[in-house]
Amino acid sequence: MPKVNTIADLRKLKAELQSKIQKREKAENPESVIQIRVGMATSGIASGAKEVFEYLTEEMVKRNINGMAIQVGDMGYCYAEPTVEVLIPGQEPVVYGYVDVKKADKIIEKHIKQGELLDGIIPPNYQSIN
Amino acid sequence: MVCGGSGCKSSQSDIIVEKFKQELESQKLDQEVQVVITGCFGLCDKGAIVKILPDQTIYTQVSPNDVSKIVKEHIVLGKPIEERCLKAPQGKEIEAHKTQIRIALRNCGIINPEVIEDYIAYDGYEALGKVLTEYSPQQTIDIIKQSGLRGRGGGGFPTGLKWEFAARAKGDQKYVVCNADEGDPGAFMDRSILEGDPHSVLEAMAICGYTMGATEGLIYIRAEYPLAIKRLQIAIKQARESGLLGHNILGTGFDFDISLKFGAGAFVCGEETALIHSMEGLRGEPTVKPPFPAESGYNSKPTNVNNVETFANIPAIINKGADWFASIGTEKSKGTKVFALAGKINNVGLIEVPMGTTLREVIFEIGGGIKDGKKFKAVQTGGPSGGCLTEKHLDTPIDFDNLIAAGSMMGSGGMIVMDEDDCMVSVAKFYLDFTVEESCGKCAPCRIGNKRLYETLNKITEGKGTMEDIELLQNMSHVIKDTSLCGLGQTSPNPVLSTLENFYEEYVAHVADHKCAAGQCKSMLKYLIIPDECVGCTACARVCPVGCISGEKKEIHLIDQSLCIKCGACMDKCKFNAIELI
Repeated sequence: MPKVNTIADLRKLKAELQSKIQKREKAENPESVIQIRVGMATSGIASGAKEVFEYLTEEMVKRNINGMAIQVGDMGYCYAEPTVEVLIPGQEPVVYGYVDVKKADKIIEKHIKQGELLDGIIPPNYQSIN
Repeated sequence: MVCGGSGCKSSQSDIIVEKFKQELESQKLDQEVQVVITGCFGLCDKGAIVKILPDQTIYTQVSPNDVSKIVKEHIVLGKPIEERCLKAPQGKEIEAHKTQIRIALRNCGIINPEVIEDYIAYDGYEALGKVLTEYSPQQTIDIIKQSGLRGRGGGGFPTGLKWEFAARAKGDQKYVVCNADEGDPGAFMDRSILEGDPHSVLEAMAICGYTMGATEGLIYIRAEYPLAIKRLQIAIKQARESGLLGHNILGTGFDFDISLKFGAGAFVCGEETALIHSMEGLRGEPTVKPPFPAESGYNSKPTNVNNVETFANIPAIINKGADWFASIGTEKSKGTKVFALAGKINNVGLIEVPMGTTLREVIFEIGGGIKDGKKFKAVQTGGPSGGCLTEKHLDTPIDFDNLIAAGSMMGSGGMIVMDEDDCMVSVAKFYLDFTVEESCGKCAPCRIGNKRLYETLNKITEGKGTMEDIELLQNMSHVIKDTSLCGLGQTSPNPVLSTLENFYEEYVAHVADHKCAAGQCKSMLKYLIIPDECVGCTACARVCPVGCISGEKKEIHLIDQSLCIKCGACMDKCKFNAIELI
């Protein structure tokens, strides 16, 4: 990461990073990728999020899926850990609870490859200020 | 958009999708209108759900037969079919599904906490840049004051005022301290923020440093939070490398750096004077205020101590303005509060609600109600310093002052829900056990008084208590509250007082009738064999670990009460329901 020397630098960098993210999320953009956020706070890791994260990272490469797994903080659904959020460009994000390796496999095969939603979706329950 | 959640699928949503596609094709609109299968809207009882964009109209209970009408009237003619839309009263229902607003947790679960670029893309360090280039320190303090932000660590002291005191204090060196010594049983708000969005705390500390003229920040964090520590270390390193911490930040001449101090996980070190002593390498014991840390804190220099969640709110306030923040919440408590929802509740989790949300909304809407359909009994807020609130408080809007008026307190945000199976005397005992363990021992009321409180509670749960003991609990609690040195002792009798206030009859039942209605106080229970039901199968006698059940085959068995350890194994084993618990 380059050194940020002035506030103009910071804003320029922010604009670049934001447009990169937006590009990734638009379906028609050639740079778009599928992102899977894995909740990896202590509670998630204790319930096995690390295995799921590693599995998703490896399997998406193996199965030729243009996507990546990202570790994030606590999503708040601690009763259903590990939780993952699937972001497919151009679609609304979907959160799944109780995700183990088996479920992660289904998410790749059914949800990502065939666009079929699985059981165990957690409806979003908060407003974001971002 | 058609909901493809399992609830709506069972309402034929996949057929609806096909119908939409056909219908749009026949209207030659298939190039302009896209049909999307989405995730659950959270309105499953009204499935199937169809949402039309861009006007955000939501149709509920859509059947495949409705599709053609929706396309012809709404999409072609632009006239929504009013009678089928989700209307205002129900519109509120959609809102209810989102009673939460995430400010302190805004990036938690969204960004990768180990990548500074992610944070910057979500407005990270914008607030610091803005403050350094556009506002004077006093202007910044004024913004925080106007926002009405109050300390999220428990006390609820106005943050802007605290900053102002520290800014006015004179000293060649000043310090910004972040209190990450989260110690309430069942609380994990601060840990989640540090693990999910560490940069927001760093940024806020730098802003605070600018307002008070400090160049050094310290985060006091317990060593038992290894992941939070690791992510903070990564965040600090990245911020230094990119010049957002260190010398001459953003070319403004402002210097600020942050280091970590590890605590051994003592509850009392959450008290700011004890925390400062612990950081100095001394025993973690509180001292009398004044002098306040703002005048003489770390190394006897002016020091400002804020909690993690308080800091996490700061960048959002600077970016969105004081008025925006002040528009959320109640008259005297602005913004939101993060709670760690735990106990006998369906959706255990981390939540952030606007101040003024009622306990009922938190427990029954967000928390999904009590586990296994049991009855709600009480909710404990404020940790060992707080109290239990009951059904009559369920509609109390949560804010600092209301909770105190109701006999509890906000605390740092632990919220433990209890059901009919919880014995309130045992709950009070649990918290006293904790405070006895955590008392630093410096002052007598806390060191000795809490121990006596615990012993008296123990006596009651063992069925040996008297009515005088109940009175003793009351008197002793008030003395401890009035005479203890620091916040720990001044609040530690609260669980006793609030359970006495709200569940007095339960204490009396323990003492007078030797009965624990919840069945938790084991020494008061008796396992008895019902002679009419016992067939003499000997199963109970064989499973009893202490061999206190006697009886011949095909004869009625008997439990020797003097030897019984009340494990309940006999009751689980008996196939004839011949063992009762009284």
